[in-house]
Amino acid sequence: MSVNKDFFRPGRDFNYDFQAAGEPPMGWPEADRLPESLVPTHCCFCGVQCGMYLRLSEGRVTGVEPRDFPHNRGSLCPKGVVAYQQVNHPDRLTHPLIRRGRGPGTAGRLERATWDEALDYVVGRWRDLQATHGRDAVAVYSGSSMTNEKCYLMGKFARVGLGTRHIDYNGRLCMSSAAVAYAKAFGLDRALLPMTDIPLTDCLLVVGSNIAETFPIAMIWLWRARDNGARLIVLDPRETATARTADLWLPVRPGTDIAVLNAMLRQIIHDGLIDEPYIDGRTVGWEAVRAAVEPYTPQEAERIAGVPAERVVAAARLYGRAPRSLILHARGLEHSTHGVNGCLACVNLALARGQVGKPGSGTMMLTGQGNGQGGREVGQKANQLPGYRHIDIPEHRQYIADVWGIPVEELPWEGAAATEMVGLMAAGQIKSALIICSNLMVSLPENAVVQRALQSLDPLVVMDFFMSETAELADVVLPGSVWCEDEGTTTNMEGRVVKINLAAEPPGEARRDWEIICDLSRRLGRGQHFPYRSARAIWDELRQASRGGVSDYFGITWEKIDAQGGVFWPCPAEDHPGTPRLFAERFAHPDGRARFFPVEHAPPAEEPGGDYPFRLTTGRVVYHYLSGNQTRRLGFLNGQAPEPWVEIHPQAAARLGIQNHDRVRVRTPRGAMEVQALVTPTIRPDALFIPFHYGHEQAVNQLTNPAVDPTVKIPEYKVCAATVERLPSPPAPLPEGEGRRPSPPAPLPRGEGRPRVNFTAANAPKMFPYATGESRSPAEEEGKVY
Amino acid sequence: MPVKTLFVDPSRCIGCRACEAACRECDSHKGESMVMVDFVDRATSVATQPTVCMHCEDPVAPCAQVCPVMAILITPDGVVQQAETSRCIACRNCVYACPFGVPKMDAEARLMKKCNLCYDRTSRGLQPWCAQACPTQALWYGDYEEFVNQRRGRAVRHTVFGAQEVRTRVCHVLPEEQSRLDVVALLKEAQLAAAEANLGFAPREEAWVL
Repeated sequence: MSVNKDFFRPGRDFNYDFQAAGEPPMGWPEADRLPESLVPTHCCFCGVQCGMYLRLSEGRVTGVEPRDFPHNRGSLCPKGVVAYQQVNHPDRLTHPLIRRGRGPGTAGRLERATWDEALDYVVGRWRDLQATHGRDAVAVYSGSSMTNEKCYLMGKFARVGLGTRHIDYNGRLCMSSAAVAYAKAFGLDRALLPMTDIPLTDCLLVVGSNIAETFPIAMIWLWRARDNGARLIVLDPRETATARTADLWLPVRPGTDIAVLNAMLRQIIHDGLIDEPYIDGRTVGWEAVRAAVEPYTPQEAERIAGVPAERVVAAARLYGRAPRSLILHARGLEHSTHGVNGCLACVNLALARGQVGKPGSGTMMLTGQGNGQGGREVGQKANQLPGYRHIDIPEHRQYIADVWGIPVEELPWEGAAATEMVGLMAAGQIKSALIICSNLMVSLPENAVVQRALQSLDPLVVMDFFMSETAELADVVLPGSVWCEDEGTTTNMEGRVVKINLAAEPPGEARRDWEIICDLSRRLGRGQHFPYRSARAIWDELRQASRGGVSDYFGITWEKIDAQGGVFWPCPAEDHPGTPRLFAERFAHPDGRARFFPVEHAPPAEEPGGDYPFRLTTGRVVYHYLSGNQTRRLGFLNGQAPEPWVEIHPQAAARLGIQNHDRVRVRTPRGAMEVQALVTPTIRPDALFIPFHYGHEQAVNQLTNPAVDPTVKIPEYKVCAATVERLPSPPAPLPEGEGRRPSPPAPLPRGEGRPRVNFTAANAPKMFPYATGESRSPAEEEGKVY
Repeated sequence: MPVKTLFVDPSRCIGCRACEAACRECDSHKGESMVMVDFVDRATSVATQPTVCMHCEDPVAPCAQVCPVMAILITPDGVVQQAETSRCIACRNCVYACPFGVPKMDAEARLMKKCNLCYDRTSRGLQPWCAQACPTQALWYGDYEEFVNQRRGRAVRHTVFGAQEVRTRVCHVLPEEQSRLDVVALLKEAQLAAAEANLGFAPREEAWVL
């Protein structure tokens, strides 16, 4: 939804307010200047990484021009069009800040400081803390919306500069479950195909993804496929812009996708549509899956997931009869306490149909963040070293220790996952943290707990270019750079490495992020390991560090990226063209075969019950990116969706006496928030939807469940039990013609009912039998090629 | 030489307003969008619809016909320009005359403003910004032959509003069986369907499995 300009009031109709949509904060001063030059680069937002030109006038970034790059063909979504407005934005942080006057009962204030003051303070505290409490008392929480060079540097900084085991990143909250599923099934974690392959397919199955709003540019390729005659099936609790025109919409109950996917596989087996030669020749473990899906009849899927049985059968036949079929899946499936299993259910379908490894078919995870793919390969993940090397495997440790020039014994072992760090902070095991490229107060579930954890840190150091909700809690804020004030590479959701070019200098005293990290390292006495004079020097070291690893970047030079329009990893040698399509002949497991894993439907951690009759699900809006720290500051985008809302079906709304535009309170066992209601039949009557891009009292993560997937610790953002009630409010002035408002209904009876709790973070079954960060026996290394 | 024009296919529109954002980037009217994206009826659907100037041709555009000072000029290739700023007297005749509701009066500048098909770009062989940005090609720029070759649906440049008929340079994309866009007939059809649904003759949607 966005601001509805559908109705015009008399007097406004013919006097359209051209300025109402929001002006960029710096105005349009350069409107009539001619551009002096165009800088080729890519958008800073989602995982598609569209090519664009930035317009420079007199050395300032003043606009954007289309760039005909292979995967976006000059198209841009609204975020991409206005991305450049971040550069000279008045909200930019232009000098370091230190919190002064903090004491018992008072939070103190963030005040201007010099770089020397800020960095020396941080380094002094870290030295003290590490001397007293051990090296792991300081943690690094990184992010993936930045270049590979920076992501690599954060991993190295944590392990070499600080010597701490606790480094993890926000990809943990994003698609980590898909990453593990692909590593288990295929032995390698990357989308199997370039987006330009999508038009080759005959049937698209979109699971838990509103591609239209989350990856608008990928719709180019979906529509090309549909123009060629491909069918589109969408599995989503909401009739999204993606689902609206689909051939078949499966309105699944949030958190029950596996029941539908398994029922589809069962139907395909019963219809005799599986590809037996492929299963025999290229996979292992089919019989177990065949047996596991047998109980999932279409009627059983209807009972569990609320999708009419006929639609499940129709979907299975559309999918199963297509010569080439492609499954696209994203957060709707992955943000779950059984996210890994959900992705494996998709993989099972594709493998049973013999689709993986052919052009235009198979499965494709839609990685969300700008550099979500690269960020999880270059060694800023808790259990990982650059090149997808594993921190537990001695040869991998030795290789990286040699590249970094440190004794292998100094290299820390596995640390806590991002979602576990919060617990360690609250428990006092982590005393200080450096947060970069992340806004935990918006992005982590149950953010009241997160706030307490962050406030227990001394110091909390945040590096950002806008004052995020997390930076507001910081003791030291270090002003960094936006994407086009630095250069480097990112790896988009296809696995295509692209080049971001420099178009501006950081404003005021702000500095490039990698320069700040190198400066911190020098002050920590580890400067000899961070001698970089340019981003390119970091890139060359990263190429070396990834050499021979699963994600081998060694052959990718910046020149090759420019010449080829991006290079797909693995690219092991300089004369190697890169690998757009994976698994044509063999999978990445040592025996070259893909693995089937039988998966069972398990209920989400919390299900409706008692006073909480709805399933609350959260998601995105096309106008905002992640925590909204960037996009909420850009006038055009924020003007379209300035505040969150809750979508509720008219049937449910009528029962509760809720009208469109009413203020309502949404409650879960963790908290409550007030939002505006959008009464619309495009959502299941037993579900509620709230977008999550907003901060403070507008953050839906006040309500979400902190239960995580036992394997990868990805939180279950997509379903928790909730209720909604109308707030008594003075009737707002009604737009003309909307009729009289009925009198408010009696308040809902309050009971003591609690929702049904299946498992929580505390009592979740542990797949890993070890405590955080302990290393494992070789037997547990199975499937751990990632 | 084939005429390149816009093709508007609302069925593909995802309501992202990339066209609006992009339109605002044009140097000739920076900060102001001449494209409008609206929800058709958010109370029943997420469907959205982009509105651009249709560049009517019949015999000249209605907005140009009614302009008392002949400020709205039409190029030889049929692109209806925004009212010439030195001539426009802000009388709003064009605003009333346009059957599509495209020209808008900028009350502050006292000028009519509307889409001119990015004439600065299209006259040099580039695409207009809206179609260039559009992620789904709901707004698509090219010639008719290219369209037929690449796309499904029927490109229609004949719109009927009751007694008024216009031929337009910009095409609407309709289902194959429709040869013209008859707005009044479609409205009647929709009213009939709604009435039937209210009377319980035709259930509008399948029952939910809850």
